[in-house]
Parts: sequence; C-alpha cells; structure tokens
Amino acid sequence: MSRTRQLDEAVAELVGDGDVVALEGFTHLIPVAAGHEIIRQRRRDLTLCRMTPDVVYDQLIGAGCASKLVFSWGGNPGVGSLHRFRDAIQRSWPVPLEIEEHSHAGMANRYVAGASGLPFAVLRGYTGTDLPKHTDSIKTVSCPFTGEELAAVSALNPDVGIIHAQQADKQGNVQMWGITGVQKETVLAAKRSLVTVEETVDELVPRPGGVVLPKWAVTAVAEVPGGARPSYAQGYYERDNDYYQQWDLISRDREKFQQWLDTEILDAERSPR
Amino acid sequence: MTASVSAGTSTGDAEFTADEMMTVAAARSLGDGTACFVGIGLPSTAANLARRTHAPDLVLIYESGTLGAKPDQLPLSIGDGILADTADSVVSVPEIFNYWLQPGRVETGFLGGAQVDKYGNINTTVIGGGYEDPKVRLPGAGGAPEIAASCQQVLIVMRQNTRSFVETLDFVTSVGYGSGGDDRERLGLRGAGPVTVITDMGVLEPDPDTRELTLTRLGPGVDVEQARAATGWDLRVADELGSQHPPTETELSVLRELKATIENGEST
Repeated sequence: MSRTRQLDEAVAELVGDGDVVALEGFTHLIPVAAGHEIIRQRRRDLTLCRMTPDVVYDQLIGAGCASKLVFSWGGNPGVGSLHRFRDAIQRSWPVPLEIEEHSHAGMANRYVAGASGLPFAVLRGYTGTDLPKHTDSIKTVSCPFTGEELAAVSALNPDVGIIHAQQADKQGNVQMWGITGVQKETVLAAKRSLVTVEETVDELVPRPGGVVLPKWAVTAVAEVPGGARPSYAQGYYERDNDYYQQWDLISRDREKFQQWLDTEILDAERSPR
Repeated sequence: MTASVSAGTSTGDAEFTADEMMTVAAARSLGDGTACFVGIGLPSTAANLARRTHAPDLVLIYESGTLGAKPDQLPLSIGDGILADTADSVVSVPEIFNYWLQPGRVETGFLGGAQVDKYGNINTTVIGGGYEDPKVRLPGAGGAPEIAASCQQVLIVMRQNTRSFVETLDFVTSVGYGSGGDDRERLGLRGAGPVTVITDMGVLEPDPDTRELTLTRLGPGVDVEQARAATGWDLRVADELGSQHPPTETELSVLRELKATIENGEST
C-alpha cells in the first residue's frame, strides 16, 4: 500500500548504498528531483539502470553515486554527449564506472520480464552485433516450437524503481499520461517503488492514454511539484531546452561541475516540499 | 558528427549547402503513405520535410512511442510533447518495439552513426582503444540494432569522410549486410537492410550480389575523386553514374522554415 512521504524521507527509507536503482522516464516525466535527493544523501556504489541515461544520470555519475550503469543510450538528447559519463568510462573519474549495455528493445524487454515475474524475455534482436560479446545478460534461446534462434535477455528487477507522474490521489493511486515510456514496467519490476507527482488531487480523472498505478502496486508517493524539471510534465510545464544546452558547458569541466554540485545540490535547500 | 561540408553549390538562383542537398535527398526517398521510424536530427528533419512537400500522409514514428506524430515544428528530442500531442496514438516503449517495429510493420528505418563500413554496418558505440578502454565513448545503440534488423528497408544518412566511412568498424552496433553477399539472410534478419546511403557527396547503393556500397549518384558540384577521397575504403563506382537533382525552390524554402523552428543544431 503506497504511503505518502516527503521526498527526502522516501529516498532515505527506500534507497540504500549498493542498491540497484532505476529512475526511468523517456524524455518526459524524468524523476530529476528524486535523482538530486539521492545525490544530496550521498548514496554510493549504486547500480543505476535507465534506458536513456541523460542529464540527471550524468549528475549522479559525476557526483560519484554509481559504480555501474545498465543502459541502452547515454546522451544529452538534442545536444550531444554526456561528459561526466564519458569521463567516468574513459578516465574513471570520480570513480570507475562499470557498464552493462543493451539496445532499447533489449532493455524494454528486460523490464517487461521483470514486471512479469519471468526470468528472461525473448526478442528478435542483437543478431550480428558486437553487443552480446560484451554483455552477459544477452544470450540466445531456441524456440521450442520452430527451432528458430532468438535473443534472450535476463529480467531486470531493480531494488528500487523511481518514476515521476502527473497526479496521485489522497489514497496514493497514481496517474500519468503522454509519453509514459517504460515506467509502468519499472514500478512493477522493482522490489520497492517511489513515485514523485506534480500534485495530489481529490480524485483521478481518467485521461486518454492514461496509465494508472493502483496504490497497492506502489511503495511510496511524494508530492514534488516541478520534480521532472528540466524535462517536462505534459499538462504542467514544458521541457527546458536551455538547461540541456547549458549542461553541456557545465559538465565538460570537472571544476565547473564540482561548483554546480556544491551550490545547486549539496549546499542547496532540501528538496521542495 | 562534425561541421557540415559547405559546397555552396548554385544552380539557377538557388544557393544551397551539401547538407541541405543531403536532407532533401533523404526526404525524397520517403514514399507518401508509408511509415517511417525516425531518429532525432537529420532523419527527423528529412521526414518532416517530406511530410510538408510530396508526402503529406507519411506516418512518423518516434521510439518514444508516438505513432503518426504531426509536429508543426522540429522536435529537439524524440520525446517532445508536440509529438505526443499530435500523434494518432501514444504507446509504451515496450509496445513500440515489440508490437510495431519487431513484426516488420514499419517500411522505412532511418539511421545515422559515427562510422559505417562498405557493407552498411554501423557503429554508434565506441571509437578507438577497444570497448573496455575506448578513446571516445559514444551514446550507444538506442533503438538502432532492431531498427536496422526489422524495418522493411533502411536509409542511412551520414556525412561522408574518411573518419566516418571506414574499412573496419571499431564496434558493430547495427547490422547492414554483415560481411557481404547473403550474410544478412544467413543471420536471419528479416528486413531488406540499407538500400540507400545518402551522404553530402551523393548516394551509395549496395551491389545486388556482393552488397558492397557503390557510388550510384553524385551530388551537384561533387566529382568522383572527391567522393573517393572521402571514403576510407576503395570506393566502387557504378558504371552508369547518375547525378542528384538539386533541391527545388520549394524544398529549400520549406526546409529552411523548418530549421528556423528549432534554435539548436542537430544532435549527433
């Protein structure tokens, strides 16, 4: 049964050092405030999972929270590279970063298997690529009916799944709409889950294409208005494209990044309440 | 990718760059009423140009789950709100890959990359130094491996130079024709693979037997020696070498209006 929490309390309660943590969001509804709270609480040795690690993952990696990244596309969408991610992989700064790399189709199916309680998922994928040589969670399996060889990817079951949604009601039922990516699968695959929301409403009004997560499928809900910025929340605010551009300049330089980390995160007020 | 090669070619009154020619050529290759799996950057620009010119019923599919997006401006990312707002349907990411891409429902996949080899295989993962200790770490696969495998056909759009058109890839992220010949069929990949490679120098197409990419059309103002010099392997040239039609006034003006809707340059 989901419980309403302050963001800092929820992160303290749910995310521990060494955990496997997925903060999912596909361009839209990225749980950035929750990521910043993890940095602020100085979590270490996390295995971070995300199909599209972008700016908030660059920040978590640069802050030294992660020892491993499980992903399928790491970049600053529409801008270019993630410099903290590259620095960690190419020069082990601030700490070495192990990677486990997939394609989008593979990662999506790993969450589906995790949410389904299956040990692996089957797909047509990876054939002829170099990815299986480097990623142990990609194998092949023969179809028991036709004998066809298909790709198999192991289930992904994070210790903690964190997403951002538009609304929760007072009981802790959650609704999100617009591009909802792989967030439902992330919550259902995870052992514990946290949903940050733009607002708490008296009653959830069904939306076209809306995804509802019932309260008993979510561990904790925290109201964090603006919690997806600089990404966007459909119906609430637009994507802050300038932030993504500016991040390129800040993240290129270790000192500038460290300054940003100190002033914007570590010495900043606690998360919005 | 690096800065554009500005050919600054002129035909009649129209001045255009090699990049504009490349985008227009990519747009022209998209048939009206077909479905196209679009990545951000040049493919998205080309697909949106096609929809505003000869292909008003082109179906734009973005991997964020937006089917039939009709943006009135160029999106900066594959998940911009404008794509969801204008889509026929918005589906989850597992669904876009499993139900829509995997069974071969999408006619055309659009891919770019940091490196391509003579068989149309693509690298978007690492450059130099090996996988464990790369000289340059690139974003990685994203949707590309399965787009390359499962779309009915693939268009590759890339600027042509000796760093990008290489003899041997540093990493095979997405498969074109593998090691050539019938390797793609032997691997069991269902789509036809990269049928056209559009560059800022012209157009390359696979040889019907060997599947080696062959220069079949030259861009305006480009000669064979320039195209060869921009290729990291010994580039084959078709016996009957064609030339690309320069962009029309309409194509150019629509393209420039589109580009003006986005403040930022194209992503890599």
